[in-house]
Amino acid sequence: MGEPPLSTLSGWGRHSAQGRERVGEDLERISAEVNLSRGLGRSYGDASLPPSDSPDVLNTTYADRILGFDEDIGLFRAESGFALNELNRLFMPRGWFTPVSPGTKFVTLGGMVAADVHGKNQHRDGNFGDHVTSLRMRVADDRVVECSPAQHPDLFRATIGGMGLTGHILEVEFGLHSIPSQWIWQESRRIHDIDEFQESLEDAAPDWPYTMGWIDCLARGKRMGRGTLMCGRWADPDQAPSRPPKTGLRPTLRFDWPSWVLNRATIRVFNELYYRKQWRSVSRRIVSHESFYYPLDAIRSWNRMYGRRGFTQYQCVLPREAGRGSARRVLEVLTARGGASFLCVIKDFGRGSRGVLSFPRPGITLALDIAVRDGTQDLVDTLNEQVLEEGGRVYLAKDSFTRREHFEAMEGERLAEFNAIRDRWDPNRRFRSALSVRLLGD
Amino acid sequence: MRVAFLGATKGMGRALARLSAERRDAICLLGRNDADLERSAADLGVRGAASPVRCFSCDLEQTDAFAPALSAAREALGGLDAVVVTAGIFATQEELEADPVLAERLVRINFSNTVMFCEAARKVLLDEGGGTLCVFSSVAGERGRKPVIIYGAAKAGLTRYLEGLDHKHRADGLRVITVKPGFVKTAMTAGLSPPPFAGEPHAVATRVMSAIDRGTPVVYAPAPWRYIMAIIRALPRAIMRRIEF
Repeated sequence: MGEPPLSTLSGWGRHSAQGRERVGEDLERISAEVNLSRGLGRSYGDASLPPSDSPDVLNTTYADRILGFDEDIGLFRAESGFALNELNRLFMPRGWFTPVSPGTKFVTLGGMVAADVHGKNQHRDGNFGDHVTSLRMRVADDRVVECSPAQHPDLFRATIGGMGLTGHILEVEFGLHSIPSQWIWQESRRIHDIDEFQESLEDAAPDWPYTMGWIDCLARGKRMGRGTLMCGRWADPDQAPSRPPKTGLRPTLRFDWPSWVLNRATIRVFNELYYRKQWRSVSRRIVSHESFYYPLDAIRSWNRMYGRRGFTQYQCVLPREAGRGSARRVLEVLTARGGASFLCVIKDFGRGSRGVLSFPRPGITLALDIAVRDGTQDLVDTLNEQVLEEGGRVYLAKDSFTRREHFEAMEGERLAEFNAIRDRWDPNRRFRSALSVRLLGD
Repeated sequence: MRVAFLGATKGMGRALARLSAERRDAICLLGRNDADLERSAADLGVRGAASPVRCFSCDLEQTDAFAPALSAAREALGGLDAVVVTAGIFATQEELEADPVLAERLVRINFSNTVMFCEAARKVLLDEGGGTLCVFSSVAGERGRKPVIIYGAAKAGLTRYLEGLDHKHRADGLRVITVKPGFVKTAMTAGLSPPPFAGEPHAVATRVMSAIDRGTPVVYAPAPWRYIMAIIRALPRAIMRRIEF
């Protein structure tokens, strides 16, 4: 067969590049010929997009076999294209769940490792990478190696959160957690401003395994940062309905919304209504894990809501040392620039990760969904300058606008260590992506 | 159900074997790559297959391995209720025209050798007192079409063989099921641009599994292809000559 023509590949935020996906069940064979892996394309920016001079990417999603499961200790191993939604479907009824889940279940294991994803239990259980026991990889000199904390620890640590730049992840082994039911006991609380938010998250951390908050980004002044704090824990079998949660039909957005649909007024109405929804100061109820973890998965292709230009998610972490006013200062920058975020999420991080370039560190994280407009680059630059001042950093799995100099200033020694490991394992820079060209210079 | 799969490591066969495993069937895998078979066996085992999934070497290019592999599967499962054949190869018309060796190989694998495998399976299943033989043919065999002349001819031959087999042995308890997939998004079809009504392997597998349960002799999957092909079959030759479909 001749070379198929290039097509448009895009990240979840609709950021795109010309490329060619190579697919197949046999990762070991195809990975020898290609220089970047890509899973379900859920990273928002350019992490899964090829650089312009090397258009081929390996789509791992056909490599989705489970290779082993130890019922006694929950140790699970699968090919890297195996997706979290399949893990949930098969294992939740048996009482097992991923130790760390991001906000969508449409991610592959390989992607979860490469982005070192975190979830609502970050303050307690850390990142996904903290639960990985071993990885099988195709590295730059074409060897296939197994790496773990004991075997090639440098490769292991650089691969966790390494955005696919250390090699192809072929297999992932990690431990599942046992759960008492498929339902969540959820408590939601109305929060009046950003400082109260930062405090309440910290206060809730010891008592709740899962916490996160939603912020109304358009509220200003005294009400800036108002929103809803959501805490949850697995419901005991005697509290939960005996039936499993329904997994109904999911509606799909079949076309791109025109870009004027999401404007300041409509975003304001949505945020106001969402805030009013939590009219009680505290409410408690049993909810399905789907609605707790993956509210946005309920609508397929929800990213089309942002129109053809797409959106970016600006997610930063502000270290604990920056103090309690840090989140307020970042929100003030956003508000002053007139940035309107449709969705804004806040969450505390309890610890860093063993990944060399992993995102989390103890502190507070903010994630802002921002429709791409002419001024987006300036807005991200200004936010990055504020984050730098706070001593924070941004999440590469979401990013598509950060400049190299800002990234280098944020990462400093961590970046030097990552580059040193990359020099050892991939001195000729075989593994590259659009993101690595933008932020690492190659 | 005790079932032997030929070609279940990939594509639609993989999806169908997974459904079967989730129903707690007892499964044997036949195929040509032992290491790959073992990986699929592990996958099906964790997904719920009744007993450890056993694997036996069986290459569609080696006809003398057919009967021993099927006997081994029968013995490992303590009997056999169904044999599912999804193995086969695909190449575009251009590739086949350019490479006669490939063309000969494709016709041999997809037609003669698949028929010989089904003959071996027929004997085992009749010896068991009946059962189900489910074989993946293709909508490409419904009509002589420009993009799939050689591939379609092999599949047309296979379809006719399976039809005859069903007519002859239904009364003996042997149910022959011919699956005619339309365009299904698998690694095999990656790179081709999917037409309307392209299907997902899991949805196709669900349809095929229900046909196996009911003994439906002919299954189009995804469902709309039944009607698409009814129209194609009715088109006069003068029109078929003009269109590129």
